[in-house]
Amino acid sequence: MRFQVFPDAASTTAVQVDWLLAFLSLVTLFFLGIIFVPMGVFLYRYRRGNPVDRTPLNISTWKIEVFWTTVPLVLTFVIFGWGAGLYVHMKTPPEDAQEIYVVGKQWMWRLQHPEGKREINALHVPVGRTVKLMITSEDVIHSFFIPVFRVKQDAVPGRYTMEWFKATKAGTYHLFCSEYCGTQHSGMIGWVTVMEPKDYQDWLNSGSPQETQIAAGERLFHQLGCSGCHAENSKVRAPSLVGLYGKPVPLEGGTIVTADERYLHDSIVMPAKQIVFGYENLMPSFEGQLNEEQLFQLVQYLKHLGREQPPEYRRQGEGAAQFIVPHEAP
Amino acid sequence: MIDLRENYLSKHTIRSWLLTIDHKRIGLLYLFTILIFFLIAAVAAGLMRLELLTPQGDLLLPETYNKMFTIHGVLMVWFFLIPSIPTVLGNFVLPLVLGARDVAFPKLNLLSWYLFILGGSFALYGVFAGGVDTGWTFYTPLSTTYANGHVMTMAAGVFIAGFSSILTGLNFIVTTHKMRAPGLTWMRLPLFVWALYATSLIMVLATPVLAITLLLMTVERFWGVGIFNPALGGDPLLFQHLFWFYSHPAVYIMILPGMGVVSELITCFSRKKVFGYSFIAFSSMAIAVLGFVVWGHHMFSTGQSAYAGMVFSFLSFLVSVPSAIKVFNWTATLYKGEITFSTPMLYALGFIGLFTLGGLTGLFLATLAADIHLTDTYFVVAHFHYVMVGGMVLAFMGGLHYWWPKITGRLYPEKAGQLAAMITFVGFNLTFFPQFLLGYLGMPRRYHAYPEEFQIFNVLSTAGASILAVGYLLPVVYLLWSLKNGQRAGENPWAATGLEWTTPSPPPEHNFDQTPVVTRPPYDYAYQSTFHPREVEQTLENV
Repeated sequence: MRFQVFPDAASTTAVQVDWLLAFLSLVTLFFLGIIFVPMGVFLYRYRRGNPVDRTPLNISTWKIEVFWTTVPLVLTFVIFGWGAGLYVHMKTPPEDAQEIYVVGKQWMWRLQHPEGKREINALHVPVGRTVKLMITSEDVIHSFFIPVFRVKQDAVPGRYTMEWFKATKAGTYHLFCSEYCGTQHSGMIGWVTVMEPKDYQDWLNSGSPQETQIAAGERLFHQLGCSGCHAENSKVRAPSLVGLYGKPVPLEGGTIVTADERYLHDSIVMPAKQIVFGYENLMPSFEGQLNEEQLFQLVQYLKHLGREQPPEYRRQGEGAAQFIVPHEAP
Repeated sequence: MIDLRENYLSKHTIRSWLLTIDHKRIGLLYLFTILIFFLIAAVAAGLMRLELLTPQGDLLLPETYNKMFTIHGVLMVWFFLIPSIPTVLGNFVLPLVLGARDVAFPKLNLLSWYLFILGGSFALYGVFAGGVDTGWTFYTPLSTTYANGHVMTMAAGVFIAGFSSILTGLNFIVTTHKMRAPGLTWMRLPLFVWALYATSLIMVLATPVLAITLLLMTVERFWGVGIFNPALGGDPLLFQHLFWFYSHPAVYIMILPGMGVVSELITCFSRKKVFGYSFIAFSSMAIAVLGFVVWGHHMFSTGQSAYAGMVFSFLSFLVSVPSAIKVFNWTATLYKGEITFSTPMLYALGFIGLFTLGGLTGLFLATLAADIHLTDTYFVVAHFHYVMVGGMVLAFMGGLHYWWPKITGRLYPEKAGQLAAMITFVGFNLTFFPQFLLGYLGMPRRYHAYPEEFQIFNVLSTAGASILAVGYLLPVVYLLWSLKNGQRAGENPWAATGLEWTTPSPPPEHNFDQTPVVTRPPYDYAYQSTFHPREVEQTLENV
């Protein structure tokens, strides 16, 4: 039997989380010490029958109470601040992150790299590159957990969630579903393979060439007839989608939303949910015609539309995937 | 030599039990009922631990394993932990410590028990007719759309049992306000009463939210109204918000009464006025109030906004402070005491040890970045078992031993009691401490099979569980034995303060011959001075 107390740490975040955990362990030991050492002494010294002085102390106890209320309070603020700071860092992916799409379904993980390469219950990533996972679910809630990276994110049906990491150590590591999802929950596991950039590039290029996510999205955009209404010169009045991603969108009723992935996704399957100000609700729902993977490809294409320059990750030097995207605005 | 007066146990017919409105008898009805649920839930846990002895899922089918942890969770939470101290010890002791004849609404009290039985029957039907595999949390859309089994039967059971909780809470609140003996002012109340009062507030205010949540779940499941299911336009996270809005305060329903019991035990067995009475009393109220605004800390990894995460994390840290205050005050109470290590005291000390570690590991989980790694792993399982079992179950056992002479009129055998307390403590730690390490290593909870490198800690945990089982079974044996063979207890075997010890054991049906009048502050052991525990029973033997 293998005996291991400390898990491997294979990402930049993992090391930071471990420091935090080490600090928390010290705090725990500190409190255990200041509670149980005196308690042990009192229990021994003041056991019944032990002839020691028991005359009550005549002191004002409120000062003691204030003292031992304040000390933990201040200490918890420190822990809170540290934890929250790191959490914000974990929630804020660097700009140059490469997006990999993850969808959970009972009981497997399906992934697609931007270059089009697909994987099931496996994730290949290069050392030293920031990878951002865009996660969703086709059925119930799952959770994408990679212990050695100290990251975990629920996969929630109907929305995109995100986790990112930068792997630091090549190797093969566990990947778990950590949110209970039904009968085969404990079978929804797989492997994360962290590779040297060159090996990763070879892996990516192996097998038959695949359509990139953006190319697939564009194909769908035309096949489904989206371009018919959303093109600049269309007769039907529909909002333009060029450069829409990340922009504020005014809605009927006065609210303003940001055009994020979820907004784009929901506008395809539930167009009546959020009507853009000044437009009519003419668009049919595409619910049922597209699976989550195709929806994500469309979303990726829409995000790409109107970007002046190619996505950042393609300029990341070695290890960058070489792929060609047709990018004329429709 | 025996007090031959009639007492509350004198009538023996089944009818006299089933139609009783005596709070003491209702307490015993609850005791008997929750022990049945505890037994079933414990067997489920035993099967889980056996399955986890080996990495392969070789003993139970995955469905069966999933049903086991669902049964274990549902029964332990709603049919053992939540009712345990309030309905058994609270029911028995509260009117006695207040110097009252009964609770404010005796018939309502009996209705609570019948509702509990009805809810429990639904739950048991769900268990035996095929089981439920959603986990005790019933997360949507798994529970509404995908899960097999008797989800709605189980939910109905929990829904009905909730009303039992609400009625008990209501009864206790009114009893505490209106039934106190003359002179028993709020600041003279035993700390157990403060704890029960705070618990009752949560029961009355939080439980309705659970009822609403389960009702919404029903509406979605039967009529397809999109509330939680995204395919119907609902939001699955809404369920989690509503569920934890109840279930986090419910965690405090499960621990506050235990803290109250421990305050009684520590003072009694160190024969000392409690240190910082008002701080312990008001920290119970602070926990009850703050407990309502921390539910989001169960959802740090769901994708809720970072701002929400920060607010909930911050509030969770705040709620840790009143718990810390209690632990410090209990420790300070020992200073210059006159300490005996009777069984209830051993359980109380065990409580402080395990609850403190449970609370401190709670800090890990309240810390946002640390929680991301630890949530939904065995770390969480270990953490809440330290609080729920190490805390509440030990406090329940301590309280049961402490008031056993009052309940039955007999003393339990002390050596056997001490032995059982120590076995429980050792078995508990061996079961659950390795799970902290498993969690840090990354083993997810609710896994029927697991990778090999986690085996060693699982073996330790299963070994611990078998020791823990001995620690649980031993008291059943000697407590039953003591019913016939235990020494007569007399009024006040512990020489404790508190009105319940001024009436015979077992008490007469009407509790007190004359309404007691309180003239002293609580825990006035210095005043009561040199009256020592075990001497009383000898006096009695010599009568």
